[in-house]
Amino acid sequence: MTIDTVLLNPALILILGALTIPVFRGWSRHIVTLALPLLTLAAIWQVGDGVQITAAFLDYDLELVQGSNLSRLFATIFALMAFAGGLFALNRGNVLEMVAAFAYAGSAIGVALAGDLVTVFIYWELMAVGSTIVVWSARTPASAKAAMRYALIHLFGGVVLMIGVIAYAQQTGSIDFVTMQADSFATWAILIGFLINTGAPPLSAWLPDAYPEASWSGSVFLSAFTTKTAVYVLLVGFAGTELLIWVGLYMIFYGIIYALLENDMRRILAYSIINQVGFMVVAAGIGTEMAINGAAAHAFTHIIYKALLLMSAGSVMYMTGGKRKCTELGGLFQSMPFTAIAGIIGALAISSVPWTSGFISKSMTTQAAFDEGLAFTWFCLVAASAGVFLHAGIKFPWFVFFQKDSGLRPKDPPWNMKAAMGLFAFLCIWLGVQPGPLYSFLPYPTDFEPYTQAHVYEMLQLLLYSGLAFFVLLGLMKRTLTITLDFDWFYRKLAVDVADKATHATAHFITMFCIVKDKLVNATLTLITEHHNPRGVLARTTPAGEMVFWMVVVLCAYLIIYFFV
Amino acid sequence: MSTEPKTSKSETLKSEPKLHWLVRPKTIKGLWVGGILLLLIVTGLGTTVHPHSKFGLEGTLTFYSWYGFITCVAMVVFAKFFVGILLTRKDTYYDD
Repeated sequence: MTIDTVLLNPALILILGALTIPVFRGWSRHIVTLALPLLTLAAIWQVGDGVQITAAFLDYDLELVQGSNLSRLFATIFALMAFAGGLFALNRGNVLEMVAAFAYAGSAIGVALAGDLVTVFIYWELMAVGSTIVVWSARTPASAKAAMRYALIHLFGGVVLMIGVIAYAQQTGSIDFVTMQADSFATWAILIGFLINTGAPPLSAWLPDAYPEASWSGSVFLSAFTTKTAVYVLLVGFAGTELLIWVGLYMIFYGIIYALLENDMRRILAYSIINQVGFMVVAAGIGTEMAINGAAAHAFTHIIYKALLLMSAGSVMYMTGGKRKCTELGGLFQSMPFTAIAGIIGALAISSVPWTSGFISKSMTTQAAFDEGLAFTWFCLVAASAGVFLHAGIKFPWFVFFQKDSGLRPKDPPWNMKAAMGLFAFLCIWLGVQPGPLYSFLPYPTDFEPYTQAHVYEMLQLLLYSGLAFFVLLGLMKRTLTITLDFDWFYRKLAVDVADKATHATAHFITMFCIVKDKLVNATLTLITEHHNPRGVLARTTPAGEMVFWMVVVLCAYLIIYFFV
Repeated sequence: MSTEPKTSKSETLKSEPKLHWLVRPKTIKGLWVGGILLLLIVTGLGTTVHPHSKFGLEGTLTFYSWYGFITCVAMVVFAKFFVGILLTRKDTYYDD
C-alpha cells in the first residue's frame, strides 16, 4: 500500500486518523477530532466516477475506491455525521469510544466507496468491530452484555455474507459489486447478510437491544452507519427485488407498533430507525429511478434528523444523570428549551412535516409506489407516514419534554452539544426549504416537485389527524415500566433457560453416575474383600486331606455313573 | 374542631409554584381550540385541490383526514390490545 493510496482513500483517512486521536491532549485533540471528518469529506469530493484505487489480492484486483453519485452521497453524509457526532461527543472524555466511532464511520465510508464484494466484506466486518466497541464503551454491565449479543448477530451476518461472496466468486469468477438477482445460493446468502444489518425480520431486535445501551454520545454514532450502509448495498446490489417491498413494510409497522409500547426514550428512537429504514428497503424493492432517488435522499435526511433526535435524548440523559424512561421524565422544556426545540425539529423532520427535510425525501418513495400502481404498498406507506408522527413525531417530545412535570430542572447541555444539535437542526430545516442542492446530488436526474398545493395539504391533513388520534387516545399511550418481548427472547431467555436446564440435567446425571459408580466400586471391593480376605472362601488355605476326600468322592461318583448309566 | 392553621385562598395561591405559561389550563384550552380549528382548516383546504385518484379510495372526500385518523387509532388499538397483551412484560424481565 503506497502513501498515495492512504492519502486519497477517504475511508483510510478516517480509520487511520482515528488511531492518532489518543496521541493528542486537550484542545489539540478537539481540533483533530473535528478536522479528520472534514479532511475525509474533502477527499470524498475528490473521488471521480468509476474505479479510482485498486489493490491486488490473491487472483483478484480489489477496487478499493470507486465513485458514483450514489456512493458519494452516502459517503458524504457519513463524513458529515462523523463531524457532528465528534462535535457532540467532545466532552465525553472517552477516547476509546471516539476512536472506535471514527473507525466505524470510516468503514461505512469504505463500504460506500467499495467497488468489489471483498472490499465491501472487509469494511463490513470492521464496522461490526467498531460499533461493538462503541456499544461496549458505555462501560455498564448492561452495555457489556448488549455488546456481546450485538457482536454475535453481526458476526453471524458477516459469516453469511462471506459464504455468499465466496460462492459468488466461484460461481461467476468475478467479485465486482454490481446489481444481482436473488436466484442462487450465493446471491441469497449475500442478500441475507445485507438484510441482517438493515434490522430486517426476524433478527430486528439486535438494534433496539444494543443501541440504547450505548453511552449518551455512542448511540448518536450508532444510529447512522450500520443500517444506512445496508440500505446502500441493497440499492446497488438488489434494487428491484420484490421481496424487499414486503420486508420493508414489515419493518415499517414493526417499528411503529413496538415504539408505541416502549417506555425507554432511546429505545423508542431505536425502533423508529427500523421503521425509517423500512421505507428505504421498500424503495429498494420498488427499484425505479424515483424510488432509488427517494431511498438515497431519505437515507441522507434520516441520518441528520435521527442523530438530532438522539442528540436531544443524549443531552437529557447527560444532564439528568442517565434518566431515559418516559415514566421518569416530563416537563423538561422549562429548563432545557434549546434541547427541547432541537428535539421537536428532529421530530417534525422525521414526521415529514412540510418545510422539513423528511418531507422532501420520504415522499419520493410514496410517489414511486403511486407511480408504479402499487396500491397496497401505497396505502401502507401513507398509513405509516401518519404512524411515524404518532410514535416518534409526537410521542418522543411529548413524553420527554411535556406530559407531566417530573420536577426535574436540568439545564441545557454544554456548548459543543448545543452546537452539534444546532447544526443538524439547521440542516433539517434548510434541506426542507431548499431541496434543490440535495436533489442535484441524487443518483438519477429528478424533476420531483414536493411543494405542490395538493401534496402539502395532503400531508398536513395526514399528520394533524394523526396528532388528534394521539391526544384522543392519550390514556392508552400512558407509559408503564414494561418492555415488549421480541425475537431476541429466543436467544436471551429460551436458549439461556434450555442451557441452564441442560447444565442442571448434566450435573444431576454426573452426580448420579458418581453415586452409582461409587456404589459399584464399593460393592466390588466388598465382594473381593469378602472372598479374598485371609478367611475368604477363595483365599483361605485348604488342608490336603480335604482335597483328597473330595477327589475320592468325585472318582466314586464317576465309577457309579460309569457302571450304571 | 380542626387544629390545622387556617390559610386564606390568596395565601395558598401565593405558596404554589407558578406554572409555566405553556402548561396553564387556559393555554391548554386555547391549544385545543386552536388545534381543532386547524384541523377543520386543513380538511377544508384539502377539498379545494383536485385529488390524484388512481386506486379509487384515495380520491374520496377528505381521504387524508379520515385515513390518517382511523389508521392511527387502529395502530394504537392493535399495539395496546393485541401485541401489548401478548408480549408485554416487566422491564426487569431479563434481569431476573
